[in-house]
Amino acid sequence: MSGAKKKDQPLPLGLDILEALAKLQEVELEDVEMDFEELELSLSPGPFMVPAPRAQVELPGVKAKPTSLLEAEFQLPVEEYPGMVVEVELGATRAEGGSRGRTLVIGGERAPAYYSFLQETPHRPVIAIDVFDYPEVRLPRAVKMHVAEVLHDPAEWARLSVERFGAEMVNVHLLSIDPLIKNTPPREAVNTVEEVLQAVDVPIAVGGCGDPKKDLEVFRAVAEATKGERILFGSVTLDMDIEATAKVVEEHGHRVIAFTSMDVNKARELNRKLYEYMPKEHIVMDTTTAALGYGLDYAFTVMERARLAALKGDPELNHPISSGATNAWAAREAWMQLGPQWAPRELRGPLWETITAETLLLAGVDYFMMMHPASVKAIKMMIDNLMKKSTLERPIDWVGLRI
Amino acid sequence: MPAKELSPIDVYKLLPGTNCRECGETNCMAFAARLVNREVPLEKCPPLMDPRNKPLYDKLWDLLRPPIRAVEVGVGEGKVTLGGEYVVYRHELTYFHPTTIAIDLNDEMTEEEMEARIKAVKEFEYEYIGMKLKLDMLAIRSTSNDPSRFEAAVRKTWEASKMPLILCSLDPTVMEQGLAAVPDKRPLIYAATKDNWREMAELAIMYGCPLVASSPFDLKGLKSLTKTLLEYGVKDIVLDPGTLGSEGLGETLNNFTALRIAAIDRGDDLLGFPLLGTPITVWSEEAEDPIINEWNEAMLASALIVRFADALIMHSISGWVLLPLVILRQNIYTDPRKPVSVEPGIRSFGSPNELSPVLLTSNFALTYYTVASDIESAKVDCHLVVVDTEGLSVESAIAGRKMTAETVAEALKNFRVGDLVKHRKLILPGRAARISGEVEELSGWRALVGPLDSSGIPKFLSENWKPEMD
Repeated sequence: MSGAKKKDQPLPLGLDILEALAKLQEVELEDVEMDFEELELSLSPGPFMVPAPRAQVELPGVKAKPTSLLEAEFQLPVEEYPGMVVEVELGATRAEGGSRGRTLVIGGERAPAYYSFLQETPHRPVIAIDVFDYPEVRLPRAVKMHVAEVLHDPAEWARLSVERFGAEMVNVHLLSIDPLIKNTPPREAVNTVEEVLQAVDVPIAVGGCGDPKKDLEVFRAVAEATKGERILFGSVTLDMDIEATAKVVEEHGHRVIAFTSMDVNKARELNRKLYEYMPKEHIVMDTTTAALGYGLDYAFTVMERARLAALKGDPELNHPISSGATNAWAAREAWMQLGPQWAPRELRGPLWETITAETLLLAGVDYFMMMHPASVKAIKMMIDNLMKKSTLERPIDWVGLRI
Repeated sequence: MPAKELSPIDVYKLLPGTNCRECGETNCMAFAARLVNREVPLEKCPPLMDPRNKPLYDKLWDLLRPPIRAVEVGVGEGKVTLGGEYVVYRHELTYFHPTTIAIDLNDEMTEEEMEARIKAVKEFEYEYIGMKLKLDMLAIRSTSNDPSRFEAAVRKTWEASKMPLILCSLDPTVMEQGLAAVPDKRPLIYAATKDNWREMAELAIMYGCPLVASSPFDLKGLKSLTKTLLEYGVKDIVLDPGTLGSEGLGETLNNFTALRIAAIDRGDDLLGFPLLGTPITVWSEEAEDPIINEWNEAMLASALIVRFADALIMHSISGWVLLPLVILRQNIYTDPRKPVSVEPGIRSFGSPNELSPVLLTSNFALTYYTVASDIESAKVDCHLVVVDTEGLSVESAIAGRKMTAETVAEALKNFRVGDLVKHRKLILPGRAARISGEVEELSGWRALVGPLDSSGIPKFLSENWKPEMD
């Protein structure tokens, strides 16, 4: 429980990172760009406050005041949900026809996220780190400082992410294939992915550039070359050739992310189309992640609604959910200098990514794409804590705390 | 019955049925629909206020009252409402009263420390889509356990802040002195426990204050406590189910969730009260650097904002900690039923003339307000074309084909932008670079690709803006 921390325990947050960050103060502005292939934002206007109707309620006849504590029975509001999220297996070991050191399973929920009075979380959500094949990718300074050495080498970047930053998977984003960027041929993408598979033994995900035609072409080449690895391909979208994409993924023993833009009905539609070509257990869905302050409420509510519908038995939404929490960095508050009151942005940025991810974790996300090492560490810690059934030794007297 | 299951017919049946239009609606059915959406109070129906209709009024009140009681803390302009919620999930209707954030002080602080903290809390403000995000309350803890010290600290805090207060001490003697310093300011009393409930209930009744019922990690005990307090005559109760970070996080969120579902979906009136979270508990962990505690406090507070807390007591006053929290709170408490766009059209900034730049953006509210505030703070004279992207950001609108060369050309024509300026140069957002070629072909305007982020507008204009045709 709480109380003094034992000396030999590692600090929860990588003090080294945070301290280093806190002492950094940049004065120049830097623009930021993430993997924006599929970032969608939407937003709510200011709160429109409506006073709840009020009236004076008369308490029924005055009774004698109690002199001792009255007993009350409390029942946990237990309920059975008929639906269940399918389990999706990512990565394949040598014995299973791949080359990974282990396989990960996500999904399997029968209750909303972390309602532990209803169900223990069946599988730990997976935290994956984003790696790009394009050294000029514009990253926020707070992230760049940790990966500056490996920007030119996706395989090394992947290795660093796993060995140093604790990534449980790696998302290789093939930005350079974009006809508007470098338009590199599929062959080069295959090389990049193969190098990453050599460098790390965790399961991997492969992301395209957002061009529907080029992505399919590249997915086809990569899927063939990596047959049996159960790579998570991201994404298939409604404006792609769904049949061709699904067949490429399925034929070579992989998995896919079905990406839609913050709309439960579109998510249903895409899943339904995919069911013609692949089993449900091969599909993860991504309903779009928007940054804290830039449409997070939409992202949150679409995910929450989709998950609740799935648990109530909707057969077209019961998939594990993937979230690009990296999109948090699209918020100016994550990377911009805002003046001394809000400094240091070296802490504000990773906290922004952390809180974006944390919010969606509570909506039911099973797979995160993240970027900042401190955010990754913090979310992994949080998942550890959420999955523990701890008992309280004694309440904390925070009223008397001398701080 | 839970708010999400209530239909306008249920309400209509209990209205006087005069169709008198005195409420401003066309008929009683329309008024019923607005009542169900909690958009109007019952008091707007004059016939219903007739004493002869009291039985109807009472039935309606019972039908429409929020399952989570609305509890007011403080007086006058700054007072806050905790709770008053109808639904578990925001998409079932909307949330009404954003989680209030209280920052702590203690009665052993020096005068300078107190003043500095109060100043920081009072001056905290962040401009976000046309709103000012602020902090709400101050929580004064008696760490001295000395009644007169507590009284002095409470008095000082009130005089310096005039903000709603939470008085924190489990000792009724100390609490009484604290209350005596602000007898008519309706602070929230923290807290009644299974050991001191009787004295605290007396104080709450005597001073007309709301009272926290505290029973950490014992929900049955918490319910016994509220049952007892209600019987004793205390109406305005706030629940403290206990807050712990680190390994206690799972249990903490579990309790908040179970309480909220029991109160709203199961109609358990003994639990239908606002929930208080205390992220300040993370400070009991000894960290080698306070940054660790601050970070953990921010994470714990975020989880509680998402999971139903109506009020929070926090210790950190760092901007980097509080900024994401006030924005998260605004996001979660935004009404999901409201549109998110601004009116398309043309807006002028400063005093533009016929040689001033013409910029373009989407009608997504956040994009528009961000661009507008950047243009205003840079004091640039210009015209801004706001295109109808159905409330999507530029990036999403380009990806989703809501912002195309056609819609841009059409907007230029419909808003008669050509009548405002002599030149034919349009500055597109950086994220609309993809369509710049087509825009030139279709509209006949020259398309310049501007910065990716609107903060770059002033620099872009000073380097690139020459209105004459080249």
